[in-house]
Amino acid sequence: MIEIKDISKSFGDRLVVDNVSFVFEQGKTNLIIGESGSGKTTIMKLMVGLHEIDKGEILYDGQNFPTLGVKDKQEVRKKIGMLFQGGALFDSQTLEENVRFPLDMFTSMSHAEKMDRVNFCLEKVQLNGKNKLYPGELSGGMKKRAALARAIANQPQYLFCDEPNSGLDPKTSIVIDNLIQNLTHEFDITTIVITHDMNSVVEIGENVLYIYKGKPWWTGNGKEILKTENPELLDFVFASGFMKEVYNAVKGK
Amino acid sequence: MNLFFHLGRYFILIKRVFSKPEKMSVYMKQIVHEIDNIGISSLPIIAIISFFMGGVITIQSAFGFTSPLVPLYAVGFTVRESMLLEFCPTIVCLILAGKMGSNIASEIGSMRITEQIDALEIMGINSAGYLILPKILGGVLILPFLIAISMFLGIFGGYVMGVATHACTSYEYIFGIQAFFEPWKLYYSFTKVVTFAFLITSISAYFGYYTHGGALEVGKSSTAAVVYSSILILIFNFLLTQLFLT
Repeated sequence: MIEIKDISKSFGDRLVVDNVSFVFEQGKTNLIIGESGSGKTTIMKLMVGLHEIDKGEILYDGQNFPTLGVKDKQEVRKKIGMLFQGGALFDSQTLEENVRFPLDMFTSMSHAEKMDRVNFCLEKVQLNGKNKLYPGELSGGMKKRAALARAIANQPQYLFCDEPNSGLDPKTSIVIDNLIQNLTHEFDITTIVITHDMNSVVEIGENVLYIYKGKPWWTGNGKEILKTENPELLDFVFASGFMKEVYNAVKGK
Repeated sequence: MNLFFHLGRYFILIKRVFSKPEKMSVYMKQIVHEIDNIGISSLPIIAIISFFMGGVITIQSAFGFTSPLVPLYAVGFTVRESMLLEFCPTIVCLILAGKMGSNIASEIGSMRITEQIDALEIMGINSAGYLILPKILGGVLILPFLIAISMFLGIFGGYVMGVATHACTSYEYIFGIQAFFEPWKLYYSFTKVVTFAFLITSISAYFGYYTHGGALEVGKSSTAAVVYSSILILIFNFLLTQLFLT
């Protein structure tokens, strides 16, 4: 479980994250949603320590991450898997080497054990047999799946996914969403997904935090969001013509 | 202020680079990889340049030494001194600053802008140590060997060109390259090489590591890496020469 308490962050005199508190539950897909520029990626970067918070607490199972020393932070980070928006795969390494990398760095497994784990992870993301391909030879969806395989290789307790569906077609998006949710349930991980894909919100949103102009604006789950009366959230959810039609049909207009 | 900002950030980075590695065996593999990547791959260009520069210095020396008071073995002597003291340790390192510096800065810079460095950090890896330490150690370990080969090829090139163009005889040249040899000059030369290797790799890595933006900024970082490495090589060349030869 990860809990953030009253975290704030400014860049210069621009307040980007304003007193956000939330509990990201273990074994659930926790979603942070919001418009572009609302501060959701900043919240994720604060949580993993890529930016420093101005105030507040970020508790990883009770440990206040920002106040930890360098070594202790590294220990927490070893339990984190992260899927970056662009994949962030090491482009001079093959898929197999990418997935094996955290195992090489942090485990004393034999080569055979590592390869078993690599093949297991690649199979989980349906990339078995693609071991020797380089990231440059993969499609967008395959890159995301490969990055997901690397993120879960070292059996993380916390999984962060930054816009895992961006740039993907709806069908591939669903594959990625299902993968994330299945992995979360199967390995009882605390998963945090940043997205503005409404399909994802409805499909896998078990615990949703809506951020509006850097502030926590609404919490609930993917099913409840369709019944919301919050005007800002309604604007966000039903921004597209298609969703407006769905909304009107549901409301009987 | 800008100079102090960069100096401070450079030394903070160097401190991180030399912190304890997460796993020594992985770092050792990286060092071997870097020796090959930044060192061995530079061998052909160094060999060609050194051979021909040795030849040119021989011909120029022979052309210049027209006085009967100057013995003909002075040609070999001049080539050896030029190669050992200045051409190989300094000029070849300046050439390598262009090749290695842009390579290192663009590699690390590209990793920065594609979030690969963030990925390393989030995995709990000291990205500065993992990416930069093998490059520094690889450079510092391999450059003295490259320069030794450069010195040999330069002197050999001088011999081949000198004899082929009748600038001097084989006997005079060989006598010249052995005349008045002082071994401590090699110590001076290789101290310079190790210093320059550290400067090239660490400065280039610094500019790559702190790249912000996109492809254009990676290009700018590469340029800055080559320019500042070259300037610092010249400054340290002066300082070390002053220290050793006065």
